[in-house]
Amino acid sequence: MKLRVATVWLGGCSGCHMSFLDLDEFLIELAGKIDLVYSPVVDVKEYPENVDVCLIEGAVCNEDNLEILHKIRERTKVLVSFGDCAVTGNVPAIRNQLGIGNTENVLQRAYIENAQDNSCVPKADGILPPLLKRVLPVHEAVFVEYYLPGCPPPAGRIKALMVQVLGGQTPKLEGANLKFG
Amino acid sequence: MAAKTLTIDGKEVSAEEGATILDVATDAGIKLPTLCHLDGVYDVGACSLCLVEVAGMNKLLPACTTKISEGMDVKTDSERLRKYRRMTLELLFAERNHVCAVCVANGHCELQTLAYSQGMDHVRYDYSTPKWSVDATHRLFGMDHNRCILCARCVRVCWHIEGAGTKNVSGRGARATIITDLNQPWGDSETCTACGKCVMSCPTGALFHKGSTAAEMEHDRDKLEFIVNAREKKQWLP
Repeated sequence: MKLRVATVWLGGCSGCHMSFLDLDEFLIELAGKIDLVYSPVVDVKEYPENVDVCLIEGAVCNEDNLEILHKIRERTKVLVSFGDCAVTGNVPAIRNQLGIGNTENVLQRAYIENAQDNSCVPKADGILPPLLKRVLPVHEAVFVEYYLPGCPPPAGRIKALMVQVLGGQTPKLEGANLKFG
Repeated sequence: MAAKTLTIDGKEVSAEEGATILDVATDAGIKLPTLCHLDGVYDVGACSLCLVEVAGMNKLLPACTTKISEGMDVKTDSERLRKYRRMTLELLFAERNHVCAVCVANGHCELQTLAYSQGMDHVRYDYSTPKWSVDATHRLFGMDHNRCILCARCVRVCWHIEGAGTKNVSGRGARATIITDLNQPWGDSETCTACGKCVMSCPTGALFHKGSTAAEMEHDRDKLEFIVNAREKKQWLP
């Protein structure tokens, strides 16, 4: 029975997924052992039921992130915080330093101050998920089983964890494999 | 001076009266995690990472500021110590804004290295994400308070190696901060000799050379060691 694996991209830059693709020939071995049931790199719209392992890239920044994260938790046995944004909040969480009003500040910066044309904050229904007052690392929102830090985690580190997961072991990263940044 | 005999991790050692547990452990080849300790300046016990267990005492003691005594039985590694060391590291990360990915000291940071060597895979406490400033008024150096862990190495090297007395600690608790002279912009300081020893001593990316970007800041600790060695042992070793 193949392991049902998902990967998800919340508030991050997709660098962790790029690093996942850097697994090179190990991807072929991996493809023989897992079913990738949901991921930015496969065309599945709805997060499925009965997922064994989900790698979560990115911090929890908005209502959409939070909603899918709760769905993922319900439908997944093992969650892995994948990369520094998921583990610590990292760069997306820098806006927390601005305190109350940080959401208005970042929207103003992105859509008004830095806009060359048509500066306005998008207001149409459902077009922009409301930002959370505080950006959260994944484990502050839901229970997380394992952590895979790094910005991004180097491919070798992802492989180390995946090999342990595939071997049915409790993943355990040590030493420099836990380096942030 | 009288010699004292004690046990560290089951090993019998003797050292001169007045030595600290850290001195003796280091001589015996036992490596304790340290962060505020810096060879060449006195110890202040600011970081609590070198905590050790001493038989007969309930509380844990910082090895760097605890003097040895006759018959002492010291343990430098245990489940309890590992638990407290990891907790201390997590609290340091939660207290200010340590964003390794965009830090000048990424890859050359003692806090970062200690965190992974002690097995810290995430921080269990809520990040406090306080608002701190960056002092970029000095022509050569910058100070980013977001990355400061208040080890006061910079203060000690400024007073006791350079003898300038520019850097100081102001305030208490989590709001304590490193200041320049009487809390003036660094660039306005009349006492700063621009020697850069504070930058060399900093374990994190709080003090940096202007113009260095992410992961570029190396602290040249060797230069400090050279000066201290020359002063204390009269050895001018390259």
